Amino acid sequence: MPETKELTTPEQASVERWEQETLAPALKQRPERKQKFETVSLAPVNRLYTPADTADVDYERDTSFPGEFPYTRGIHPTGYRGKLWTMRQFAGFSTPEETNARFKYLLEHGQTGLSVAYDLPTLMGYDADSPLSEGEVGKCGVAVSSLADMEVLFDGIPLEQVTVSQTINAPASVLLAMYLVVAEKQGADFRKISGTLQNDILKEYIAQKEWIYPIRPAMKLVVDTFEFCTRHVPKYNPISVSGYHIREAGATALQELAFTLRDGIEYVQWGVAAGLDVDEFVPRISFFFNAHNDFFEEIAKYRAARRIWARAMRERFDARNARTLQLRFHTQTAGVSLTVQQPLNNIVRVAIQALAGVLGGTQSLHTDAYDEALALPTDQAALIALRTQQIIAEETGVVNAVDPLGGSYFVESLTKQMEDGALDYFAKIDSLGGMVAAVEQGFPQREIQESAYQYQKAVERGEQTIVGVNKYAMEDEPVKVDVLIIDEAVRDHQVERLQRTKAQRDNGAVANALEKLKRAARDNENTMPATIEAVRAYATLGEVCDALRDVYGLYEEPAF
Amino acid sequence: MSERKIRVLVAKPGLDGHDRGAKVIARALRDAGMEVIYTGLRQTPEMIAAAALQEDVDAVGVSILSGAHNTLCPRIVELLRERGLNDCLVLVGGIVPKEDVPRLKEQGIAEVFLPGTSTEDIVRFLRANVHPRT
Repeated sequence: MPETKELTTPEQASVERWEQETLAPALKQRPERKQKFETVSLAPVNRLYTPADTADVDYERDTSFPGEFPYTRGIHPTGYRGKLWTMRQFAGFSTPEETNARFKYLLEHGQTGLSVAYDLPTLMGYDADSPLSEGEVGKCGVAVSSLADMEVLFDGIPLEQVTVSQTINAPASVLLAMYLVVAEKQGADFRKISGTLQNDILKEYIAQKEWIYPIRPAMKLVVDTFEFCTRHVPKYNPISVSGYHIREAGATALQELAFTLRDGIEYVQWGVAAGLDVDEFVPRISFFFNAHNDFFEEIAKYRAARRIWARAMRERFDARNARTLQLRFHTQTAGVSLTVQQPLNNIVRVAIQALAGVLGGTQSLHTDAYDEALALPTDQAALIALRTQQIIAEETGVVNAVDPLGGSYFVESLTKQMEDGALDYFAKIDSLGGMVAAVEQGFPQREIQESAYQYQKAVERGEQTIVGVNKYAMEDEPVKVDVLIIDEAVRDHQVERLQRTKAQRDNGAVANALEKLKRAARDNENTMPATIEAVRAYATLGEVCDALRDVYGLYEEPAF
Repeated sequence: MSERKIRVLVAKPGLDGHDRGAKVIARALRDAGMEVIYTGLRQTPEMIAAAALQEDVDAVGVSILSGAHNTLCPRIVELLRERGLNDCLVLVGGIVPKEDVPRLKEQGIAEVFLPGTSTEDIVRFLRANVHPRT
């Protein structure tokens, strides 16, 4: 074909020569094992990547140096040579007493930050004694119904010194208020408190589905926390925009990237619309990504995330502050990739996923415990998970050079593909009227469902391998693992403290504070001061959320 | 005799919102020619039993990942039987420790599908175990 010949670059010409002279005879002798090679996201992977694949990636413009725009190679000029990532294991189960003991155990063994998992009633804004909480108290996390529980949870843990991440979304402002009151009682200075609130409500409607109120008032509550923290708790991250759950729900790596960053842009838009200064509040927005099995795809995802965010903040919001442009993120290994079958295999999966997070330049990391497909982790499983991070950090040497995969034809090409794909999704979402509107129309939800289904089919056809499940399965598995069982008595214990708290508090003060909160919600004022007043008076989580439910109503998911 | 399509209610009891499995199963059963009704999230056992009766289903597939299965699943069976749905199969899928399976079966759960189950196995189970109706 003479026309295409004219357009062939020297790089392409050399690839063609290799294909004819070396590849073709080799293929004739031994065909490849499969017709198509795909990532775990079912994205095609080429046989070989060469300079021809990165011809449109400009080093100065697109890749650049670590610590410089667009931060593809990381936000710190020294990578992990200056400071390692924070090893932050997510923990929470049973009573606040039990979780407090686990926190102290993890800190004693070298963990450098805390991360709280709450149980489902807490995540949904119900007290332990609600009929809806039956069977669920303390099961998937720690049960917190009032400030009294929070005081026990952080007993002996100095909140001015230890950074704490809280996984809480729909009732996030209430748990933040409780946390701040506990800190205040410890004598901590709000201006010194740092830590992170997940507080990402958009991904709840998109993927995790632990919502309470309709989307728009829920977004307003998020903006209230931005405003409050910017003013009073300036070192605190009031949101962790999360792709983790989007991925777990079945999204591809690209969908995780695109929906998460577009969610981030939506929060910035809402903050700006509320009168906040981009360069003041966006530096405290952090992100949270999944680390799944496909090693290079994941690394490319993190590198692309930084580049896309930096460009979006500059182009869409005219951001000037370098901190606004720098995407910081937490990573957790993929719970969805863990198998019940041959559970010790999960230790290996987690190690490889964690390595991808590190090579992608994560700021903090949670490594899953090998028994998490069965139940919440035992002490032993939790410790191995932490040791996995310590081995990566201190034995493998991957931390010695900054962005060691930068310049790889494959990784740079994948990074560019990720960026281009995400920008296509942005254009689609923008055309739907933004992310809130897109979620209301079910767009990201449908995309994720489709990917989840296609993946399941690929597994069932044997195109995607899960070791120990659809290949190398064993009838009688050699290893039995101990599982952490949460006793139903946890609920009684929690209900008892709840009743004691209600008997001892000043009910008049509680009623007044709740009334004030409703007024703030109705008048569209910032709800944080009234929320703090209410929890300080020991209003329960359920009572505070009920007050807001009265004003805002409940979200009903349409059928998508 | 024209064969009646198998009708299945896919139900999500409890507070947990992880509906990936429920939705994948719903679609796989539909693709296999069954009629599927999905309850949506956070249904009480009472709501699930009422929906099963109203929709006249052959089976209820309960998806549960929160650890609340021992409380919620037997309750669903009990309520179905109270409403006279004696042949309606109750299947459970999700994160259920193996040790809990025998007890769930004693309490009337027809089968528990653990993580890693192929959707085809579930289709096969339903075809083999739903009593034919006309």
